[in-house]
Amino acid sequence: QGTRYDQERLLRKSCTLYVGNLSFYTTEEQIHELFGKSGDIKKVIMGLDKVKKTACGFCFVEYYARADAENAMRYINGTRLDDRIIRTDWDAGFKEGRQYGRGRSGGQVRDEYRQDYDAGRGGYGKTVQ
Amino acid sequence: AGQPHKRRRTSEPSEIEERLESLICRVGEKSNSSLESNLEGLAGVLEADLPNYKSKILRILCTVARLLPEKLTVYTTLVGLLNARNYNFGGEFVEAMIRQLKECLKVNMYNEAVHLVRFLSDLVNCHVIAAPSMVAMFENFVGVTQEEDVPQVRCDWYMFAFLSSLPWVGKELYEKKDAEMDRLLSQTESYLKRRQKIHVPMLQVWTADKPHPQEEVSGFYYLDCLWSQIQKLKKDRWQERHILRPYLAFDSILCEALQHNLPPFTPPPHTEDSVYPMPRVIFRMFDYTDDPEGPVMPGSHSVERFVIEENLHCIIKSHWKERKTCAAQLLSYPGNNKIPLNYHIVEVIFAELFQLPSPPHIEVMYTTLLIELCKLQPGSLPQVLAQATEMLYMRLDTMNTTCVDRFINWFSHHLSNFQFRWSWEDWSDCLTQDLEKPKPKFVREVLEKCMRLSYHQRIIDIVPASFSVLSPANPMCIYKYGDESNRSLPGYTVALCLTIAIKNKASNEEIFSILKDVPNPNQDDDDDEGFTFNPLKIEVFVQTLLHLAAKSFSHSFSALAKFHEVFKTLAESDEGKLHVLRVVYEVWKNHPQMIAVLVDKMIRTQIVDCAAVANWIFSSELAHDFTRFYIWEILHSTIRKMNKHVLKIHKELEETKARLARQHKRRDSDDDDDDDDRSSDREDGPLEEQIERLQEKVESAQSEQKNLFLVIFQRFIMLLTEHLVRCETGGIDVFTPWYKSCIERLQQIFLQHHQIIQQYMVTLENLLFTAELDHHILAVFQQFCALQA
Repeated sequence: QGTRYDQERLLRKSCTLYVGNLSFYTTEEQIHELFGKSGDIKKVIMGLDKVKKTACGFCFVEYYARADAENAMRYINGTRLDDRIIRTDWDAGFKEGRQYGRGRSGGQVRDEYRQDYDAGRGGYGKTVQ
Repeated sequence: AGQPHKRRRTSEPSEIEERLESLICRVGEKSNSSLESNLEGLAGVLEADLPNYKSKILRILCTVARLLPEKLTVYTTLVGLLNARNYNFGGEFVEAMIRQLKECLKVNMYNEAVHLVRFLSDLVNCHVIAAPSMVAMFENFVGVTQEEDVPQVRCDWYMFAFLSSLPWVGKELYEKKDAEMDRLLSQTESYLKRRQKIHVPMLQVWTADKPHPQEEVSGFYYLDCLWSQIQKLKKDRWQERHILRPYLAFDSILCEALQHNLPPFTPPPHTEDSVYPMPRVIFRMFDYTDDPEGPVMPGSHSVERFVIEENLHCIIKSHWKERKTCAAQLLSYPGNNKIPLNYHIVEVIFAELFQLPSPPHIEVMYTTLLIELCKLQPGSLPQVLAQATEMLYMRLDTMNTTCVDRFINWFSHHLSNFQFRWSWEDWSDCLTQDLEKPKPKFVREVLEKCMRLSYHQRIIDIVPASFSVLSPANPMCIYKYGDESNRSLPGYTVALCLTIAIKNKASNEEIFSILKDVPNPNQDDDDDEGFTFNPLKIEVFVQTLLHLAAKSFSHSFSALAKFHEVFKTLAESDEGKLHVLRVVYEVWKNHPQMIAVLVDKMIRTQIVDCAAVANWIFSSELAHDFTRFYIWEILHSTIRKMNKHVLKIHKELEETKARLARQHKRRDSDDDDDDDDRSSDREDGPLEEQIERLQEKVESAQSEQKNLFLVIFQRFIMLLTEHLVRCETGGIDVFTPWYKSCIERLQQIFLQHHQIIQQYMVTLENLLFTAELDHHILAVFQQFCALQA
């Protein structure tokens, strides 16, 4: 209960967003351009496949000011990047290790079990492959 | 499931208050019953709750009057019904509104104040306020124009508050007090004739000698436009048919009600802290010819046009934080089948997006709002938007440069959400024009921005082959020491050494020792210190490092961080800073986005300072790129960083002062306690020292900020004067595309940072913008002075 309260407090003050449903080919530059529309970006950290160390479809965007992150949540969340609807969420803050996918194969968990074919995310889910 | 009858008996007061708030806020929204029956029902509920919840109800009603102006007449009707049932309540409400109005004016909340004034005036229609007392209030408003030594923007606001209420209440006031109203209107006319309009050109979206005949009022000062609409309204005997007036259905009840007199209202006097709304200019794109199949758009001089636009602006103001709600609310604006609503919405959104000096809300909001609207009306809105885009493209030649920037940002971001689908061939006319002309320039900048949101090959694929001349360069880095064929270049071998060393994780010291061998082309022998400005050292190091780190932004940032010490040393002098920036440009001139993020990082890590960036932008090396959008993004970003820095230190100073004050208070309140005294004395020392240090920091930051603006203005003056002299002696026309761009960029500096620049007026007047200056340049300064005069 204590940690949940701490977690919520961190989220309320956070300037960092988790960004999901990126294409594996989306670059840091593209993310910087899009998310820069809501304010000055402090850092972009690309999510990586733990094994291959290549982009695996998510990232963290940290702003200098929380207000800029709020505007990203309002106006960039749910719009397209590389033709894909991306999703943003408040993040408690980047810590070393969190840049890696936690799926068994090294990518994100969602890419382990999904049944559909997604050309931008390595084709079929890992279990299907 | 437990004890239902117990629940009924013990409703918490706070629950009831929440219910009341919800009932009041929701009245007027889509419902199965008619608005009239909902209002009647709600009036009954509120009347019953008055004994216990009067102050809460008063507060909610005052708040919706202030914050939900698009539902003005719904709430005035509600107040009218309550007043008819409870005269005292009506009186208390009016008093509360007057108090709220005075508060708003005191704290410079002028937009809310207008809504309150309009609400009060509509209460005349609901028989809550007596017409003569409203006229008396307006007489005091118009009387402000007779005040001496006050800013014109103050008089403008009071005039606006009066005129903009007339669509609602003009008829009633004129019927009761026609002589007084005639007098007020003629005072209005003479005020508008004598007020100065020097600043208006600075705020216009399109600079044109003659306005387009279809959009006669576009570019008009907002007051002049409103005045012509009121004049037409008067000619039409105050017949106004667009505003929804629910109180008409209750006429028999309301005319039985007793009215209240407004207390005499004296406008709060002008003070040094008063900040009035910036002057505005009307933006129009569409007229009755633009939607031939649908309902007719109200003419530009009609008061209906004014009311629709006001209401749509109010809806955006109420819901801008929630784009889906905002879109839905805009599309459910009443009168949908009588007016071409999609056209009005698109026009109002672009009016805000292009507003000078700044849009009311963050630019990206408008982009996503338009996308939401397209989602909700996929069969009609995209076509209107395409039509609007086409019209804006057609008028690029006279569009203000700042507005073109916003058009570029909007269009490229919009396209990236729709797979970059556009009929580029329709714009083939721009291919035959000089690349510096506004239309091809616009297309180039749009394609560059589209590339930033995707990738180079994508852009090649989406445009016809004929457009390749406008396509952006492949954003590759240019490394001068890359090829063996360059081995004769001075510094080539050192570059090779550096490359190997850096790849082998060399330290800053090792880098320094390698660089020691680089000769200084500026002098015959190196200093012993070796730290004088050596452009070759800078070139070799920066070229090599940036090339090695070219893979991504993160790689480059890591490189800057790892070798920060080397950078700081090489860029210690002003010339060093400038040269670092030059080399960055040489390496990355095909990738403007990279240049921008590197400059940003170098400022934040204090490798270069803001003044160096400003000087670099105006340097001859960058002349070729001077009119490109990315250059101005860099300059304005630099200025913003400087401004934020000053604010941050100032805040620190204020906070530390507050801490000291609190400490003194604590000490003074227990002065019998010796121990506390001694320990706080010990604490005081450091705090007071801190304050002194922070004070110095603030002064130094403010001085750096002022210097930055002076450098920028100085360089503009030099550049523009050069051009003007050259044109004069050569007998060529001054007004080239470059000149238009440059002079509007100067205007943009004034407008975007007007609050800060106001502090420097004396210096600017005496030092830079003196009478000897060419009148073209001086005019920009004079327009700026007129803005808040």
